[in-house]
Amino acid sequence: MTPLERYESLVDDVEAFRAACDRPLPSVVRVNTIKATVERVREALDAEGVAHEPTDWHPGVLRLPEESPGSNWPHAHGWIHGQEEVSNLPAMVLDPQPGDRVWDACAAPGSKTTQLAALMDDRGLLVGNDNNLGRLSALRHNAERLGVTNLVVTNQDARNFSLKPLGEGQEDGIGAFDAALVDAPCSCEGTIRKNPDAFDTWSLDHVHSVAGVQKGILRRAIQATRPGGTVVYSTCTFAPEENEAVLDHVLEEEACRLVDFDAPLNGVPGVTEWDGEAYDPSVEQALRIYPHHNDTGGFFCAKLEVGE
Amino acid sequence: MSDDATNDGQRFDRLPATAADREVAGRASRAAVIEWWVDRFGLPTDTFDDYTFWEKGAGKIWIFADDLPSPTDVEGLGMTFLRTRQEHWKPTTNAVQRFGREATRNVIELDAEAAGRFLAGENLEPEWDGDWGYLIVAHSIAGGVEPIGVGLYVHDELRSVIPKGRRASVSPPE
Repeated sequence: MTPLERYESLVDDVEAFRAACDRPLPSVVRVNTIKATVERVREALDAEGVAHEPTDWHPGVLRLPEESPGSNWPHAHGWIHGQEEVSNLPAMVLDPQPGDRVWDACAAPGSKTTQLAALMDDRGLLVGNDNNLGRLSALRHNAERLGVTNLVVTNQDARNFSLKPLGEGQEDGIGAFDAALVDAPCSCEGTIRKNPDAFDTWSLDHVHSVAGVQKGILRRAIQATRPGGTVVYSTCTFAPEENEAVLDHVLEEEACRLVDFDAPLNGVPGVTEWDGEAYDPSVEQALRIYPHHNDTGGFFCAKLEVGE
Repeated sequence: MSDDATNDGQRFDRLPATAADREVAGRASRAAVIEWWVDRFGLPTDTFDDYTFWEKGAGKIWIFADDLPSPTDVEGLGMTFLRTRQEHWKPTTNAVQRFGREATRNVIELDAEAAGRFLAGENLEPEWDGDWGYLIVAHSIAGGVEPIGVGLYVHDELRSVIPKGRRASVSPPE
């Protein structure tokens, strides 16, 4: 059984699901509003003869049907960033404001981090953390190319993230975040259109072990966010063990609740039963996106409000 | 004020406001860093009012949109901005792209063909009657003049100091 067959019982249209998973994804770029406007990017791409079309749900997310995203002037200026269409969703759901203090717990290589910075108008404080020192250099390179100046880069295990280096307990230090994004490491089943070898390393043992890591990171994100603040949890995988089961765990262990959100992409509610397990009914407020829903990669996204 | 303290290259220290506040020998002050940028490139004097400036590593100055207690032990704080502790201070490519659009002097505008060669890392011999030293190299794109990066102008030559990781080949204009 391939990993995809494992989820066919959850999918609304199995034929469309299979067909979409077999198609490659087009190149997609996000306009970096720290350095450019959508109009200026499109004018510059037109002048270079680079074909592009806006997605039907976001004017600043452009498909480049014939071109790799990295060999044109808008890229050289840091006006655009190659970022898969569906991966634009979690930062938009978190919706940080200029001046907020925001934690991106698993930030490298920085597509979503730099999108958060742009949504914040590059003001306030954005902490981009990753436990992998090698991947941090990609995060720093991308952030600098895109002109981000409000980013603090840290190299910690997010499960035990300490705010001490941010001056916790000192005058003017950071004691808690207003918002956090947990775009968790996962089994990446939903990236099969981009990475045809994504299943080569797949195993149920890996799903279970990475789910343990995800629970630890999401718990720490809720603890590190102020009461009333927002935490968004996302993965690029289908396994309920890594999605709804993680939410079910933190609803049990931490002061938080799931909240509804308006998604600009089509999807279906989270599942409340899987493999003999029943989850908290509120996990239905999460969003499952299958590749055939919007002709993108697969994705999972949930929004939590932190309690007292 | 003594200059007994030494620079610790492993952490971020906020720059002193002025030279009179300096506690670490050789460290540039916030006032000097801003004055260098504003003077050299003719930027509005309030361009950097909302930013803090930090040193990590010998002479490497970072610009940060917020503030934290100093010193701070993290991997990155904002954007690398300026190289000091050398005779000629050198702005970074990324800082020039981010803040150079408002520059009114020491900006050299290249035509489309030369701009492409500069981005690829080639040295050029453009017409230039202005100062020697580090210039903002720009070109016209989508209705405006946009900085590409930093060039070092010496002996009638404009040397591309675009970092290897930022060099690229774009198609020449048709």
